Amino acid sequence: MTWKNTAEAIVIGGGINGTSVAYNLAKLGMKNIVVLEKNTVCSGSTGRCGAGIRAQWGTEMNCRFGLACVEKFEQLSDELGMDVGLNQSGYLMVAYQQSEYEQLQKNVALQNSLGYMTKIVSREEAKEICPGVAVDDAIGFTFNHRDGHADPFLTTFAYQEAAKRMGVTFHKHTEVTGVKVHNGVAAGVVTTRGEIDSPLVINAAGPYSQFVAKMAGVDIPNYSERHEIIITEPVEPGVCPPMLMSFSGNYYLQQRPHGSIIGGCSPEGHPADYTLGATWDFLEHMSQVFTKLLPRAKDIRVVRQWSGLYNMTPDRQPIICEAENVKGFFLSCGYSGHGFMFGPVTGEALAQHIVLGKSDIPIDMLHYRRFAEGKLLIEPAVV
Amino acid sequence: MEDKTKDIIVCRCEEVTMGEVREWIAKGYDTFDELKRLLRVGMGPCQGRGCREIIMREIAKATGRPMAAVDPGTFRPPVKPVKLGVLAKGGDN
Repeated sequence: MTWKNTAEAIVIGGGINGTSVAYNLAKLGMKNIVVLEKNTVCSGSTGRCGAGIRAQWGTEMNCRFGLACVEKFEQLSDELGMDVGLNQSGYLMVAYQQSEYEQLQKNVALQNSLGYMTKIVSREEAKEICPGVAVDDAIGFTFNHRDGHADPFLTTFAYQEAAKRMGVTFHKHTEVTGVKVHNGVAAGVVTTRGEIDSPLVINAAGPYSQFVAKMAGVDIPNYSERHEIIITEPVEPGVCPPMLMSFSGNYYLQQRPHGSIIGGCSPEGHPADYTLGATWDFLEHMSQVFTKLLPRAKDIRVVRQWSGLYNMTPDRQPIICEAENVKGFFLSCGYSGHGFMFGPVTGEALAQHIVLGKSDIPIDMLHYRRFAEGKLLIEPAVV
Repeated sequence: MEDKTKDIIVCRCEEVTMGEVREWIAKGYDTFDELKRLLRVGMGPCQGRGCREIIMREIAKATGRPMAAVDPGTFRPPVKPVKLGVLAKGGDN
């Protein structure tokens, strides 16, 4: 890819949010957009994620975002001209504690009021939705068939290919080492391959966003937490059709259309050392969770184990805004484990915000000043 | 002349052909890990034992680099597939 020293916009990070905002800026008519990725596109958090998509949330903002995301994914293959591997087989939420079940019931009422028709289901219905699931110790369930997942690789590559067709340039193996700021205005970046001048720089660097922000003199309270995950060999469909998810049970599990079953949980000790290892403790723990929930899965083999980093904020909601002290420096980060499902919508919203000055879905509340002002947006429904 | 190699299955686990691998290398997906994420080569039960070298050779040819300069990509545990039931019993017994 030829190297140009100027750009109308620079996007730092080739994950779902970087590729999505680049594509949407191009769609809104911006020319000469460059995406810089220190490794290869979709090699970071997006490519490592559990890839769930849901609108079963506990705050109005996230229900609205989630519903917009479900609707976006429902037409995304057509929009991008490439299959994104959407599979809507629902999320089955499992509650083991009374307070948790009461929260799920409140969530359902909220979701229904916003037009997302999640249902409270009985144990018998849960067993019909997920045959063979062992949940006799659970006390309540909710289900929405429109939730599901998509292939994070195909989705991100579909954005990359669509963006390339509109003239967006991608530079892989190109790490940003500095952000140039002149008199409080973004002026470009310094990279391992040279400098690029641009009045618009977007930080979509996922787990490294706080370091990129710091390069521009912007302080955000983000940190990155390692989460692990396993996947099995492909087996016949029907072993775990919906995404099984529990907050108190601390797990998510689902069979892909391809036949593999994927599963993860929130880590003990919240490791935040920026390494990407795979541990025996997690493998053993997750295998126990798997076989307890799906006893007949005991002879299915694990083929792969890996980890990825969640870019966390104090309220586990993203930061999407222009920096307060650097005009033209925008942030899209801190998705706290939900960047893949939100990316198609947040990338579009940020592009609209930049080009049109307003977005279809409001993002004003996602400015990082909320942390200093104490206006946190606490979401109860997270693993 | 018709290329008779394009229909050869390169990755037997995921049934990916030489033609598909070459098509995506030509589009710029010229590292093993990018092709893995895009086409699932090396994600099946054999974890790339069958296809990795063949694909690295294709990348070397297309990019004009020696094989030794082609990144073989990431190897992830476990080395061999292991049953969930065995793993769930833990390592001490």
